[in-house]
Amino acid sequence: MERHIQLPLTEELAKTLHAGDSVYLTGTIYTSRDAGHKRMCEALERGEKLPFDPADATIYYVGPTPAKPGQVIGSAGPTTSGRMDAYAPTMMSVGARGMIGKGARLPEVVDAMKKYSGVYFGAIGGAGALLAKCIKKCELIAYEDLGAEALRKLYVEDMPLVVIIDCEGRNLYEEGREAYLRK
Amino acid sequence: MREIQASQITEVVARLCIEANEHLPEDVKCAIKKCRDCEDGEIAKGVLDKIIENFEIADEQCVPICQDTGMACVFLEIGQDVHIAGGDLTEAINAGVRKGYEEGYLRKSVVKDPVRRGNTGDNTPAMVYTEIVPGEQIKITLGPKGFGSENMSAIRMFKPSAGLQGIKDFIIETVETAGPNPCPPMMVGVGIGGTFDKAALLAKKALMRPIDSSNEDPYYADLETEMLEKINELGIGPQGFGGKTTAIGLNIETLPTHIAGMPCAININCHVTRHKTEVI
Repeated sequence: MERHIQLPLTEELAKTLHAGDSVYLTGTIYTSRDAGHKRMCEALERGEKLPFDPADATIYYVGPTPAKPGQVIGSAGPTTSGRMDAYAPTMMSVGARGMIGKGARLPEVVDAMKKYSGVYFGAIGGAGALLAKCIKKCELIAYEDLGAEALRKLYVEDMPLVVIIDCEGRNLYEEGREAYLRK
Repeated sequence: MREIQASQITEVVARLCIEANEHLPEDVKCAIKKCRDCEDGEIAKGVLDKIIENFEIADEQCVPICQDTGMACVFLEIGQDVHIAGGDLTEAINAGVRKGYEEGYLRKSVVKDPVRRGNTGDNTPAMVYTEIVPGEQIKITLGPKGFGSENMSAIRMFKPSAGLQGIKDFIIETVETAGPNPCPPMMVGVGIGGTFDKAALLAKKALMRPIDSSNEDPYYADLETEMLEKINELGIGPQGFGGKTTAIGLNIETLPTHIAGMPCAININCHVTRHKTEVI
């Protein structure tokens, strides 16, 4: 099924998304990967606020290339999500609901997704030049010293994604493969 | 004796960093297009269409194919009758990487310490592999290596009794464990023999060989074909969403080894299997 989705990702909206759905996402998302997540979770531990409002937020696991003159952003495809598994349940516990990345997630993350109505979207790994075209605005909001790993606020239009794991815990990686596995 | 200036090496390395990151080799493009034609599922076809569109955008607009512009792996074949003048070879290569990654707006993805981290800010140092060969030329191959796939690679020191079946099982196990993480459809480099370190190097070199080429030894050429078929029966498919194309290619390189051992290394690469060569 193909759908056009307008962010923010409310609980109500999240519950209508199912593993295997092709979606085109429009709205504001935030970028963060390894070092940014570590810093955000440390800030939460100290009782500090995050650099953005996490309520119903969607986080894109990406470290873009530098923008060439005239570009909004450089190539910007997803990084492997599994490295953020240690932080994802904490992020969901403060309200972040959507995750965009690629690759497998741990059962702990899927449990947190069921608990907090989270959705895990897959962007095409290695399609950085194509995905950059959907990013219409890019603003650096925190952790500038982390370079490619700094926190950025993006406005995306019709970003092509696939729902990999939905908030009921259904997983396209398992279901999609099953149909083609020759035992 | 032929003299080659270190500054010339810097210029070539800088150019190769940019070109390798923006333009996918033709053999890789062909392999991806062939895979697109054999898929029957809507999701798999859609993914491969977007992957094709992506490398076409990168080609036309001269932008990086993928945001992980990799660690610069530099393979040098230096003719023994060459004298490198005007500077230090390693520094000349790193200067090229620094220049290429800066001028090409490529991502700086290298940290200065594996445990304590800290970005070096210029993507140096390069990983340099040097071979001395006959002649008076320098052949430079630059393969920017992304780590989504590098992280899914594996090495195992087999007992010789494990035999061919042990290697076959290890290849399948490694690809299956990698699953959706290395951005399938992937490219698989296999190194068998040598020592612990040489097996890993062979696996990386296997990734630099054209996808449409075969091992010169028919025994291993057949093994390449057989293992690619078996991998594509796993059903992982493009991006792991299910499909017939889990790998676009598999290359095997071998070396003699010790009577007591059979090292086997598997280096995984994604569909963005980049490399570019220039001879000075």
